[in-house]
Amino acid sequence: MNAATATPAIETFNLTKVYGHDNTEVVAMKDVSLRVNRGQVVALVGPSGAGKSTLLTAIGLINPPTAGRIVIGGQPVMEADRAFVDLRAFRRQHLGFVFQKANLIPFLTAAENVRVAMEINDVSPRAARSRALQLLDYLGVADRADHLPDALSGGQQQRVAVARALANEPSLILADEPTAALDGHRGRQVMELFRKVAHEHGAGAIVVTHDHRALDVFDEIYEMEDGRLSPSQMQKHQS
Amino acid sequence: MNLATKDIRHNLGRFVLTTIGIGLLLMIVMGMGGIYRGLIREATLLVDTIGADLWVVQGSTRGPFAELSRIPANLEDRVRAVPGVAGARRFVSYTVQREVRSRPLRLVVTGLAWPDDQGDWIPLVAGRPLRQAHYEMIADRSLGLAFGAKVKLGKEVYEVVGLTKGLVGAGGDGLGFFTASDAAAIQFDVPGDATRLERAARQARLAVSDLGRVQPLLRSRAGGLTSGLPALSPPQVSAVLVKLQPGANAAAALATLGTWPDVSVYTTRQQMDLLVSGMVDKARRQLGLFRVLLIIISTIIMALIIYTLTLDKIHDIALLKLIGARNGVIVGLILQQALLIGALGYGLAFWLGTFAFPQFPRLVVIETPDLLLLAGIVLAISVLASLLGIGKAMSVEPNKVLS
Repeated sequence: MNAATATPAIETFNLTKVYGHDNTEVVAMKDVSLRVNRGQVVALVGPSGAGKSTLLTAIGLINPPTAGRIVIGGQPVMEADRAFVDLRAFRRQHLGFVFQKANLIPFLTAAENVRVAMEINDVSPRAARSRALQLLDYLGVADRADHLPDALSGGQQQRVAVARALANEPSLILADEPTAALDGHRGRQVMELFRKVAHEHGAGAIVVTHDHRALDVFDEIYEMEDGRLSPSQMQKHQS
Repeated sequence: MNLATKDIRHNLGRFVLTTIGIGLLLMIVMGMGGIYRGLIREATLLVDTIGADLWVVQGSTRGPFAELSRIPANLEDRVRAVPGVAGARRFVSYTVQREVRSRPLRLVVTGLAWPDDQGDWIPLVAGRPLRQAHYEMIADRSLGLAFGAKVKLGKEVYEVVGLTKGLVGAGGDGLGFFTASDAAAIQFDVPGDATRLERAARQARLAVSDLGRVQPLLRSRAGGLTSGLPALSPPQVSAVLVKLQPGANAAAALATLGTWPDVSVYTTRQQMDLLVSGMVDKARRQLGLFRVLLIIISTIIMALIIYTLTLDKIHDIALLKLIGARNGVIVGLILQQALLIGALGYGLAFWLGTFAFPQFPRLVVIETPDLLLLAGIVLAISVLASLLGIGKAMSVEPNKVLS
């Protein structure tokens, strides 16, 4: 069942990113327009250097586009490199990130890694602790809550990272090859997790992946090549 | 959640070692200040304790501690005649180094004007003041002489009848109190052969002079005691201590004594200033320079450690920025660690100092204003040390997480 609603989690209009200038100019992304609704899980595939990470970092508000417009949750956020909001505060409140590596803070326990995202968003420590445990329980790693990342398996670490991404109930989750370090079975589990949380939490999710075995999990699949975005042919095959 | 303490817990070994290192450095900084205070206290202790209002010393000198002073002992009689003077007593002070039981004994011989001054003002921790004109002494414990011990100085043996604690001279050598005549005997003691040679030389000089021929009695006395020759001056003393009458005009007495051309007069305050500005000043500046160097070294070490700790978690800082942490969270993480190292190092320095400083050969005096000043300096260097790390953390881009 596709639980996506018509409300857009994100819309981009003609996003372009150019590195360098004159003779050294490299176009990493060209006129990318994309819409992801709340509850919708979108895969972004394509060869290395196609511009997937450039698009993801632009949407993640950490690598401003050279041109184009970004609207998140109906709110205009950026036009070219001009920001309409405090980007760091906006990321804190509206975006959740998951990476190829879990990137957990090594000196914090699993629960604390989730709590920290909430506490920097001014959630009270008590409420943050309670919600962190709920999220870890929801993701099936509650029994590892008090363990440091070193003591967790790769799959468990990635679940904790997903819990951290969900901590502030973001309207958009961005994941950059989140299953690259996992075996096929665990990779699929994580992809299904994105689908589950997107549907149940009403967040949009954009997942950059090379793992074609789990593409059936996604509502939409886009392909990037030479900086341009297009609906993937693979989706048709999958369906 | 306090990220700084969580990180410290994770890197406890390195943090503890750093804190111990900083603590030891700060203990030395603290100790240097204490040694300076100790120098001042030791230098002025006797002047402060002896209870004189004015010090009469050799003219144009700053004696008897800052430089040598010699005045005739009978000067005290002249001083007693000055209006407002309640009493005057001779005072002898000089340092000797002798061999006692095959060990060097370095003491400040202090002569008291027996019988007026028997040392009743001396703060004793054992025994009693002097009660006979000769062969008794009061010794400071730092000299290592036991109560009742007998010490041969010059040709005589002196018994330790009283002990003091921490009563030392400006050079840190323990004080030994004797009657003034015993002090002179120790000071001017010469071997018997030297005395005999001097007496023979006197007789020889008189034999070839007209004075010897017209004064045959002088020739016969030249071979005896020096005191038998009225032409030779009596033993000299270092200073005459003046006690003024209650309510007496000190300025007037000082002005009267100041007109005497053969002496210089100082108040107790001036005598202390002479000691501090003269004898202690260079040591103060030297210790001060050492303290500044140690503080700079502490700052550099702290800065390097904080910077290294920051570099170790630069990826985590980038992540915190990516998920939206304010700069204050990141600055707080680094600054709190620097402050914690500084505060714990300071506490460790103080704690270790309470055990170490009493073992030092010279007095170490730790005063509250000095402790507060050092606390302020530690606070400042902690902030300064964190700037390098903070600068690095502020410059890291959030997308470093992706690399």
